Amino acid sequence: MEPLVEGLIRAFQLIASFDPEVYGIMFLSLRVSGTATILAALVAIPFGAFVGLHEFVGRRLLINVVNTLMGLPPVVVGLVVYLILSSRGWLGPLNLLYTPTAMIIAQLIMCVPIVAGITISSVRSVEKKVVDSAKSLGATDWQVSWTILSEARTGLMTAIITAFGAAISEVGAIMIVGGNIQYYTRALTTAIVLETRMGEFDLALALGIILLALSFAVNLLLTHLQMREAR
Amino acid sequence: MPFLEVRGLSKEYPSKSALRNISFTLEKGKALGIIGPSGSGKTTLLRLINLLETPTSGEIIFAGTSLTKTSDLRIRRRMQMVFQNPVLFKRSVYDNVAYGLRVRGEKESQVRKRTTEAIALVGLTGFERRTATTLSGGEAQRVVLARAIVAEPELLLLDEPTANLDPANVALMEKVISRVNRERDTTVIMATHTMFQAERLAHEIGFLLDGELVEIGKTREVFDNPKDMRTRAFIRGEMVY
Repeated sequence: MEPLVEGLIRAFQLIASFDPEVYGIMFLSLRVSGTATILAALVAIPFGAFVGLHEFVGRRLLINVVNTLMGLPPVVVGLVVYLILSSRGWLGPLNLLYTPTAMIIAQLIMCVPIVAGITISSVRSVEKKVVDSAKSLGATDWQVSWTILSEARTGLMTAIITAFGAAISEVGAIMIVGGNIQYYTRALTTAIVLETRMGEFDLALALGIILLALSFAVNLLLTHLQMREAR
Repeated sequence: MPFLEVRGLSKEYPSKSALRNISFTLEKGKALGIIGPSGSGKTTLLRLINLLETPTSGEIIFAGTSLTKTSDLRIRRRMQMVFQNPVLFKRSVYDNVAYGLRVRGEKESQVRKRTTEAIALVGLTGFERRTATTLSGGEAQRVVLARAIVAEPELLLLDEPTANLDPANVALMEKVISRVNRERDTTVIMATHTMFQAERLAHEIGFLLDGELVEIGKTREVFDNPKDMRTRAFIRGEMVY
């Protein structure tokens, strides 16, 4: 049979079988990428808002750096985090290497520039007239900033959607710092690599389909929120 | 003591001087119409009074307080400006109008009462839940006006508030402006290039040309018997600019 069709059938079988290992892998992927995205949003939205709203020396350079970091190769992030968390690294004593926490840290580092970069550009694209209106209506500086963020909310949702998409589909970083340990740090992408290497193409494909479905479901939810907000 | 006093106000931009040595006074409850061709400095004057820009020199004294030395929020909150091109927040009509009250920390019951009243005043009852960005130009400008008057400012600054509106909306806007001016004793400064509008709404008229306040006086006097040749030419439509 066609490998693709076989993969599709296998994917449905896997989902329907409620195989604890497959569900464990799914939930780990969701947990790691979801946590990394949420933490990135908490850090990078305020940072991006600050950079987008204020004029200061070196701002243009900083924006260029952030934009460059948006394209960080995951495998390089993985390598750096590995070196920091390894027994001889700065954070070696914390024993975080090959844990889900290490995977979250690596994906967080990848996601922060993505969220920050998109936040900066969405905040900057809010018209100056909106700022003038808010000021004229008696808003304090904080209230003006809050109003700008609220006007830029469609862009902020885009930042979160993009970061999550990058995190859940990433394999290089979590492979290096997570180690792809069965029942512990094996995520959907690292499992796909493993199954492909072992020649289990239908299983690899099935996991790929599950990954796509999962990513689609999360994006559907986020996009729904974005559209509702944008009305 | 006049309610508003402008003393020797000038504003220079790198490329041009927008206002040169403007001085005038305005009593409480009066409506001043600023007429003049495009680019004569009408908008700049309003933005300076609204503290959106700082003057290069000169002073604005509002209700006894010099504005040039302070951008105190309490002062800013006593005046409101309506901009020429409506800028509404991407929120409902209700939330747009309620904005000025909410930033002042008014109680939600007060916000509801006054917002509903302001929306009714501009004839938009029933539009409360509409998203502001889906409104027509005339409706949007009425929301902008409601948003400006909801907090009952003492000074209302209007920058060409009815430019690009159809006659029905112009009439409605003028009616609201006139009511606010008469019934609430709100002082109004309105930039316009419609002479008839200035005549209908303003007690006093100032004529700005190239950043210079050529003439200011009672509306009838300025229109019937202008002192300056340039004012006369502008009013008669003979000025080429």
